[in-house]
Amino acid sequence: MIDILMPRLSDTMTEGTIAAWHKKPGDPVKAGEILVEVETDKALMEQEAYDAGTLVEILVAEGEQVEIGTPIARLDDGIDHAVGTEGPTPPAAAEAARAPARNAPDTTPRRVFTTPLVRRMAREKQIDLSTVTGTGPGGRIVRADLAAAIVSPANAPEEDAPVHLHAPAVAPTPPTEGAEDDRAPRRIPFDSIRHAVASRLTETATIPTFTVTVSADVGALVDLRQHINTANADTGVKVSMNDLVVRAAATALRAHPGVNASYEPAGRGATLLHDRVHIGIAVASPAGLVVPVIRDADRASVTTIADAARDLVTRATERRLDARDMSGGTFTVSNLGMFGVDHFTAIINPPQGAILAVGGVREELALIDGEPTSRRMMSVTLTSDHRIIDGAGAARYLATLVQLLENPLRVLS
Amino acid sequence: MTVISYRQALHDALREEMQRDADVLLIGEEIGRFEGSYKITAGMLEEFGPRRVRDTPIAEEGFTGAAIGAAMVGLRPVVEIMTINFSLLAIDQIVNHAAKIYGMFGGQARVPLVIRTPGGGGQQLGATHSQNIELYYAFVPGMKVVAPSTPADAKALMLAAIRDDDPVLVLENLALYNTTGEVPDVVEPAEIGRAAVVRTGSDITVIGYSRMAVIAREAAEVLAREGIDVEVIDLRSLRPLDRVTIVTSVKKTSCAVVLEDDWLTYGIGAEIAATISDGAFDWLDAPVRRVAMAEVPMPYAKSLEMAALPSLADAIGAIRATLDARARRA
Repeated sequence: MIDILMPRLSDTMTEGTIAAWHKKPGDPVKAGEILVEVETDKALMEQEAYDAGTLVEILVAEGEQVEIGTPIARLDDGIDHAVGTEGPTPPAAAEAARAPARNAPDTTPRRVFTTPLVRRMAREKQIDLSTVTGTGPGGRIVRADLAAAIVSPANAPEEDAPVHLHAPAVAPTPPTEGAEDDRAPRRIPFDSIRHAVASRLTETATIPTFTVTVSADVGALVDLRQHINTANADTGVKVSMNDLVVRAAATALRAHPGVNASYEPAGRGATLLHDRVHIGIAVASPAGLVVPVIRDADRASVTTIADAARDLVTRATERRLDARDMSGGTFTVSNLGMFGVDHFTAIINPPQGAILAVGGVREELALIDGEPTSRRMMSVTLTSDHRIIDGAGAARYLATLVQLLENPLRVLS
Repeated sequence: MTVISYRQALHDALREEMQRDADVLLIGEEIGRFEGSYKITAGMLEEFGPRRVRDTPIAEEGFTGAAIGAAMVGLRPVVEIMTINFSLLAIDQIVNHAAKIYGMFGGQARVPLVIRTPGGGGQQLGATHSQNIELYYAFVPGMKVVAPSTPADAKALMLAAIRDDDPVLVLENLALYNTTGEVPDVVEPAEIGRAAVVRTGSDITVIGYSRMAVIAREAAEVLAREGIDVEVIDLRSLRPLDRVTIVTSVKKTSCAVVLEDDWLTYGIGAEIAATISDGAFDWLDAPVRRVAMAEVPMPYAKSLEMAALPSLADAIGAIRATLDARARRA
């Protein structure tokens, strides 16, 4: 008998949610067959069976979240794995052997009993029922229990309101028992992606950072993009400004390896200089903020980057990104230009050493040789981890980047 | 508007229809000379004569069959079966003939037949004479079954039943005959298949028919004094069943109790509960609870009979239990 454990599917994963079981108790399982789909903090992943046998018992039901290493199912492979026994294990001993694991706090799967009405309201109002205490018969969650979770159901809109992705990361302090909270808050518990975003960004609070902003005249780059897309009209390939910026940022990193780096705290500390350039692109998907990675962006053509970016964004939207798509980035590009933002600062995506915040293209008047001239400008802001990157290094990197953006054929070459 | 008894309302409906339409006739045991076991047909023989008010032998299958034949050739017979218990002797005529002739023979003949019959226990008539077996007929496609709980509905549904071109069983109730209520001076036939929300409320939906609709209203009044706002639905018709009204109400209140005088298992309440599950599952905040008769042949002893029948206290208890199941306790 083998306990199948919640696997660790990414560097940052500490717990996983069972999205779907592909097998049910009694089903034969072959090694390599898809056994279960697991939702991690960032992605939905399929998990294969390592061993053949018969699925005996599912310990964690669909929709439940457990820590990595928690037994999620039991597979009978025909071998008795009981430790310290020889020959057949008496059933009682086998039961005792697995009892500690099953009785361990917070890992025992427990079905949350709710009424159908509560499940519908939770769906509509995005309430995480695992955070609600049921007071109905047998602990069943009834509508009255949701009043605490949504504070004033009578005032809540009947129809689904959009999720507040930009809500403060700190949940409002619940009002004391019996007191009215006159801010009339509506509590939206974090889903797994929001939870991951919040905890990763909280980590960054300890990172000393500084920001440097530069502007580039991107008139030629805008025109070049136009030419590329016109030339590719029949192939359907479309290149965005962001694809060009990603390519330029990657090319500039090749020239400034000190920015393509990570901080390593071990011992006295170290700077890890990455020889490969993997650019993360921040995507505001409907499921939340995710940062899929374009590998070797310095060696990829702009159209290859465009293809890869489009594929990643599509899969992010469908929550089909897996952890590999989002791991191993060495630098991140975050672009809010499409929202009409001129410039902004981004927060580092640890353990990366820097992140580039890209604003939109704006037209402005400049005095050049005494003549008022119209230019198309773009501002970019680099946020750097000061433990490994100094101001001068950041400025030199940005100078190279500006040169690339202003001489766009160099972006392509 | 006049206050009259349920019995009087039924009598008035029959008499008005006899006067209005010469094709309407009454047939049954002891309905003429004896004026009916429960006096619904009092004065009818005298007023309309023996051709239209027919006393029969104690032969339910025979006179029900005769009435079906009469209906097929254009008359509108109203059969009185002394209590619903005796309809078992005519069940083949009702289920296999009245309910099926129109559909089975390509619509060549309609069967505009009415079967009037009271159900109900509580009269110390023993197990064979105290049953509530309207379900047997509500189960059968081709039948219509109505079950009024008030004098006004008794009249309106009786008028509708007589004017309907399909066989309709009108379920009367022994315990309701002497109850009184306001009846409009001019009563229009009711729409068969339409339930009535007889009391609007926001906390819980209570559904009943016949005697249990009366109990439902009484329970609502008692609980209103405690601030519990009960919505009461009187089904009025068991087939067709007005599922829309039930589902609409439960979507508002999120919980329901069904009251029925018949046995619990496989009963009308089970059908209502299934209807709610189908139509309002995502609105339910507590399981649907049913109140029904004890699953025993009706005892003869008065105390046991009263214990077996669902009571006002049973209804109130079930409503409280359902509300408790959805209350947030301190």
